[in-house]
Amino acid sequence: MSLHDQDDPALREAQEARLRKVWEPPKGLFLRWTDTNNNQVGVWYVLTAFGFMLFAGVLALIMRMQLAVPDNDLVDAGTFNQLFTLHGSVMMFLFAVPMFEAVSIILLPQLLGARDLPFPRLSAFGYWSFLIGGVFVSGSIFFDAAPDGGWFMYPPLTTRTDLSGLGADIWMLGLSFIEVSSVAAAVELIVGVLKCRPPGMRLNLMPLYAWYILVVAVMILFAFPPLIAGDVLFEMERLLDWPFFDASRGGDPLLWQHLFWIFGHPEVYIVFLPSIALFAMLVPTFARRHLLGYPWIVLAAVGTAFLSFGLWVHHMFATGLPKISLAFFSAASEAVAIPTAVQIFVFIVTLWAGRVVWSTPLLYATGSLAIFVIGGLTGVMVAVAPFDWQAHDTYFVVAHLHYVLIGGTLMPLFAGLYYYWPLITGKKLSDRLGRTAFWLIFVGANVCFFPMHLSGLEGMPRRVFTYPKELGLGGLNLASTIGSFVIAAGVAVILLDLCRSPWRQKAPRNPWEAGTLEWLAHPDDEDWGIRSIPLIESRYPIWDQEDFVRKVDEGRYFLPDAEEGRRETIVTSVLDARPVSVIRLGGPSWLPMLTAVALGGVFILTTYHFYWAALVSGVLTLALVLAWLWTGTAEIPEKPCKPIGHGIELPLYISGDSAPGWWAMFITMMADATAFSGLVFGYYFFWTRHEDFPPMAMADGPGVLWPMVALALGLASWLATMAARETHARGKITLARVLVLLGIGASLAGVFAGLAGPWLSGMDPQTHSYPAIVWTLAIWTTAHCGVAAIMLAYVLARSLAEKMTPSHDADIRNVTVYMHFLALTVTVTYLTIGLFPELA
Amino acid sequence: MSERRKWHERLKVTLWTLIVPPTVWAGHFLFAYLWAAISCAKNGAFAKFPVLFTLGTLLALGVIALSGWVAWKQQRTIGDPPPHDEGTEVDRLRFLAKSTLLLAGLSFMAVLFTALPVVFIGDCR
Repeated sequence: MSLHDQDDPALREAQEARLRKVWEPPKGLFLRWTDTNNNQVGVWYVLTAFGFMLFAGVLALIMRMQLAVPDNDLVDAGTFNQLFTLHGSVMMFLFAVPMFEAVSIILLPQLLGARDLPFPRLSAFGYWSFLIGGVFVSGSIFFDAAPDGGWFMYPPLTTRTDLSGLGADIWMLGLSFIEVSSVAAAVELIVGVLKCRPPGMRLNLMPLYAWYILVVAVMILFAFPPLIAGDVLFEMERLLDWPFFDASRGGDPLLWQHLFWIFGHPEVYIVFLPSIALFAMLVPTFARRHLLGYPWIVLAAVGTAFLSFGLWVHHMFATGLPKISLAFFSAASEAVAIPTAVQIFVFIVTLWAGRVVWSTPLLYATGSLAIFVIGGLTGVMVAVAPFDWQAHDTYFVVAHLHYVLIGGTLMPLFAGLYYYWPLITGKKLSDRLGRTAFWLIFVGANVCFFPMHLSGLEGMPRRVFTYPKELGLGGLNLASTIGSFVIAAGVAVILLDLCRSPWRQKAPRNPWEAGTLEWLAHPDDEDWGIRSIPLIESRYPIWDQEDFVRKVDEGRYFLPDAEEGRRETIVTSVLDARPVSVIRLGGPSWLPMLTAVALGGVFILTTYHFYWAALVSGVLTLALVLAWLWTGTAEIPEKPCKPIGHGIELPLYISGDSAPGWWAMFITMMADATAFSGLVFGYYFFWTRHEDFPPMAMADGPGVLWPMVALALGLASWLATMAARETHARGKITLARVLVLLGIGASLAGVFAGLAGPWLSGMDPQTHSYPAIVWTLAIWTTAHCGVAAIMLAYVLARSLAEKMTPSHDADIRNVTVYMHFLALTVTVTYLTIGLFPELA
Repeated sequence: MSERRKWHERLKVTLWTLIVPPTVWAGHFLFAYLWAAISCAKNGAFAKFPVLFTLGTLLALGVIALSGWVAWKQQRTIGDPPPHDEGTEVDRLRFLAKSTLLLAGLSFMAVLFTALPVVFIGDCR
């Protein structure tokens, strides 16, 4: 096929017919939910997250009604506790984070000129997990069983089963499940940004939205796993009475606070950066010029991401840590204002240098920046420890965080809604309704939250269900309540606007006259994503590249056809986006949804202590995952290469570190290693908190011998796997199979050896935090050895079924990545539990 | 360009070198936190002149300054015309180098921020 072939309209129509057929969504009442195409899954995701936002908003309105006047009795204290806990949890876990993932799943492939993200089924799995977990957690309030310990669930209030009921388990297990879906999304987005860019889109031409998403997805990898580790410890304490947070048995409630806030503070930036990323797309469009200071935005995003991990203790200023520790975190909290300000200045300068079109999205953007800056400034205030001691746990903090989140997340998302609605539906929203809604929200937010600064400074504590008249705070609270209803009215106007959309005319293509790739989308949408994958030479190709839109539409770029009837996209190199291969994408399937249901069963059944049923659900999850891998991944193609146009031929199968699957494994294991480091942190944290740790009476366990045996076995399975990979690549298949078998044996033996230490020395995890944390590390590590055995068995089966050959060896290469991390885990665990007691 | 290029020109910036300065900041921050936490928990105090802390801080500042200097050199790589936002090899290099340089500036300052409390707070209260 040459360039000129595309001059033939008949050929183009035939190509379009093939593409349309390949990307046709499944039809039918049930089958349609098996779709995995990003434009479908992304829309479900957005709508669900939006629904949770409205739900959490209604909870807030009930709270504000209760607080409107002093000594009110609209709801009782218990219900009020459930209301604020669920409001915070839902807004953070079920709205802000999923909404960013959802928006990215829709936008990212468009921005990158890809037909879809590399793992569409993973996105679908993430969505179903999110839906199930979200409904489970939110629904609990209708049974008076919602969590009631605040969105950060501080122990011991929440770990003592006599003080808090099922709600704490629902929070822990339900949201752990959602954290799984967030990590899944992070994997998808990172690989998408790094490997699925169009040819020519070097790192310096990447849309800034993609930069932000890359940074935020990496932050998720390091922020969510500590919380997962905390959740593990928390549930061990609640379900099995292992005293991690119980001070009377050597535990420490502060450990939870550390693990929670190592997650909790970066979380703020995880929800802020993707929203501000929308500005980086719409500001140039309405300034009618390139964004100024492109590297400065990269500085801001990367700098904020790093610094945000040095802020967590500023949530713990009032816990009595040494002042020197507080000062370190105070310093970092002040420093993070620098990169945050840089990006705001970049937007202002770009608008200043451009010819501004005052559209509705831009109105939301500038308004939200004003609100965000106020929240940022009070943030600098509470980052100063002595001020924080005065303001801690008062409404001042409530005011601060709502200014940040409304200005930094909610209103930017509304800006994005007005900006991108034509991209999704082909229709513009009403400017009149949009502007009305903006002013209602803008005024409402200030009327609601500004008085909270004052009521907080006058002594109104957070999380009280009522307050006495004598405090004199009735007026300020009434103002807040009125403001909250004004915000609600604004949101209602937006809803009205959305509801009227189906009866409106289609807008022209690219209605804002933007310059970036996503606006190639046609109002009469096709499901194939992009007609042909373009060669990129500019940051704003629609503005700068001659005849760009026509060439894309006429299929004059790459991969304009789907000859083999498969969904495909191009994989490119990380730095310079050189074409590397064509990958086949997963199509519609029941597997992602069923896997989510089965995994949800594990978490939900555990909540109600149905352990056997949960185990069955777990086995089912494993079976479904294996079926998914077996049928849907590392497929050997019918031919080695295919042409993508312009004389370029690309392989259809790649393995090792240029393949998306390898990256996905690597990224997943980074998250896994981070969660593990949270547990290891727990061990050494206890050491710093106790005069003698391990306690003298218990220091005999788990001994040195068994941990060292387990370490040797773990390393042996790692070495066997690496040897198997190398011999296999050299064509010695039988030897490789024997080595894999050895690896399986060593891993399984490692399970028993790992548990033998604490078991044979009779360590009772209910007596003290020391045996509890040793057992936890041993169980974590041996579970990983067990998974290694399953993976190696899978590799062996693939080899025996001839689905893995020396030239098609993605399976063993990906498993080797897992084994590298396993080697790290066994080394750290067994050196810690085996040798540290000897040193301490 | 002569055949024998200087080492700072041969050492090409990548996504990994981009995060060297902030990673050094993170390492220094962790070091500072652990140093203070462990000294306070186990000794109840840290020495009046904290040698270990000072050396660690100087090392961190040195590495950041060095990576900033390499980035400074590379973001001046000669080749294509300004404004250096084209899809060429040189412009991509200059972009990554410039971002690294900016991050080095931020990280340098953030390390100083982190180190300052030790000057003013001398004990574990």
